[in-house]
Amino acid sequence: MSPTGFQSPKPVLAIEGLTVSFDGFKAVDNLNLYLDRNEVRVVIGPNGAGKTTVLDLICGKTRATAGSIEFDGRELTKMKEFDIVRAGVGRKFQNPSIYENLSVFENLEMSYPAGRKVFGALFFKRSAEVVARVEEVAAEIGLADQLHDEAGLLSHGQKQWLEIGMLLMQDPALLMLDEPVAGMSVSERLQTAELLKRISQGRSVLVIEHDMEFVKSIAHRVTVLHQGKLLAEGSMDAVQNNPKVIEVYLGH
Amino acid sequence: MKSFFDKLAGSKQGAIGFLILAALILVVFPLTLDAFRLNMVGKYLTYAFVAVGLVLCWGYGGILSLGQGIFFGLGGYCMAMFLKLEASDPESTRIQSTPGIPDFMDWNQLTELPLFWEPFHSFGFTLLAVVAVPVLLAFIVGLAMFKRRVGDVYFSIVTQAIAAILTILIIGQQGLTGGVNGITDLRTLMGWDIRSHEAKTVLYFVGAFLLLACILIGRFILASKLGRLLMAMRDKEERVRFSGYDVASFKIFVFCVAAAFSGIGGALFTLQVGFMSPSFVGIVPSIEMVIFAAVGGRMSLLGAVYGALLVNYGKTVFSESFPELWLYFMGGLFIAVVMYFPNGLAGLYQSHGRKWLARLGRWRPKARRAEPVAARPAPSSTPEPTSPALETTP
Repeated sequence: MSPTGFQSPKPVLAIEGLTVSFDGFKAVDNLNLYLDRNEVRVVIGPNGAGKTTVLDLICGKTRATAGSIEFDGRELTKMKEFDIVRAGVGRKFQNPSIYENLSVFENLEMSYPAGRKVFGALFFKRSAEVVARVEEVAAEIGLADQLHDEAGLLSHGQKQWLEIGMLLMQDPALLMLDEPVAGMSVSERLQTAELLKRISQGRSVLVIEHDMEFVKSIAHRVTVLHQGKLLAEGSMDAVQNNPKVIEVYLGH
Repeated sequence: MKSFFDKLAGSKQGAIGFLILAALILVVFPLTLDAFRLNMVGKYLTYAFVAVGLVLCWGYGGILSLGQGIFFGLGGYCMAMFLKLEASDPESTRIQSTPGIPDFMDWNQLTELPLFWEPFHSFGFTLLAVVAVPVLLAFIVGLAMFKRRVGDVYFSIVTQAIAAILTILIIGQQGLTGGVNGITDLRTLMGWDIRSHEAKTVLYFVGAFLLLACILIGRFILASKLGRLLMAMRDKEERVRFSGYDVASFKIFVFCVAAAFSGIGGALFTLQVGFMSPSFVGIVPSIEMVIFAAVGGRMSLLGAVYGALLVNYGKTVFSESFPELWLYFMGGLFIAVVMYFPNGLAGLYQSHGRKWLARLGRWRPKARRAEPVAARPAPSSTPEPTSPALETTP
């Protein structure tokens, strides 16, 4: 798809020597990974390769045993989860994680970056600015007509989009999506690919995905993980023709 | 955009429910009950403060505290210390070996007032302490637990342990706290005899107004973004955390609010009943308070008040006839509520009461078909609890 081998002088995300071990088992082992501005990177690999763990490490859900994660000049490994979010990292979970009892509007509003502290939330006002931003994002994710429906009533695909929309509300510089098209129909996958292409303008996106057609349609570069280590990295074509990758992953 | 007052009143239905409760406790009870019964209802209402706090922190925040008696007791003890000091003037304690200190201290061979009792000579300090002491303890416990992500059942167990520890501490330090008897023989509040019927009636109204104020504060919190965050945290804590919120700080806040309400309730209890003892602090009263909220409906601020009134009324009636069976009945009630009506009386009203009322509404105009006046919908007046919040939460 896009040109490969392109290296900007300063990556937005620089992961170096990242290691995490759970009782001696190294889920991520001495990993280096660099993500450029405006890049869409897809991480693939067999189950248990450590893909989700890498996202957990970046967003602070899991703490690294060793190594560093530098985002926009800040070291994330020691920061609190909410500070990492406020620094501009948004993360979507594998299962749609939305507030089922609240309306689509309220779900999006919840992620609006104001009133994030106790008293700020207590006296938060739904200003015209907030409403405009919610409507803008709802239009982006195709849920403008469902704004006042209860989120629990949405279809599976719409829930996935809603969670992406909740991340967009924060306008993150780095967007991380864990299997965004899992359980989606073919047409929903196409729409999601279009959505990702639109929203990746002006930000970096890190995606974990198994669906190769989808990966091909969105990835600028692909990183293959195997047993917590980097196996290959490059364009989709290069990775697909890499004998090591075929052996451990694509060949099955 | 909602104005401040809209937030307090909630929906139209919420406003009606609030007015019905206000009319019930401010007009109906005082007019129909004798002084003794009214004082008893006043005592029940002090438990309702705890139940309203539990609706916020348990129903909406998902934090089940089984130790609200701690805060009820702390508020009550703060008030009792002030009243006890006033009752222990040198003149009325002249037969003691050390006049001017509370009688139980004299019995325990104390010869001077302990330092932490000193500030309770001031009524202003006492009023502050009634709220501040419970809130401070809740803040410390909350900070220690929620920052470390101790949640769910572990948190409940810790609160039980603290309730047990506090009871043991109070009983063990007899000379400082009055021990197992508590602080008794309280007489006047700034020279005003609180034992008279008139005083108890006045205190009843003070309690009733404060309870209504607490309900409005609760409504304000629930109508704000913070209220939605509480529910969001209860259901999807990780999502809230990774949307940039410090989840622990919100839990600490709502736990402190519940503690503040409980402390106010405890102080009013001391004033109405005339003493405070460790039997209102420990595990059993704390669990009873959870049952009040559960029976009334843990998602309904108004329901919690009805729950506290009904369960306590039941307790009084039932324990007069079958004192041994009461605890079993209480346990059975809790199990029944949890298994069959998880949203308590308020939930029953939402699922059945409304339909029944609507049917009543349809039936009425038919009966008066001859009248030319257009059928009006039935007045939705009912003493059943109503909750605007329940509509958003199944």
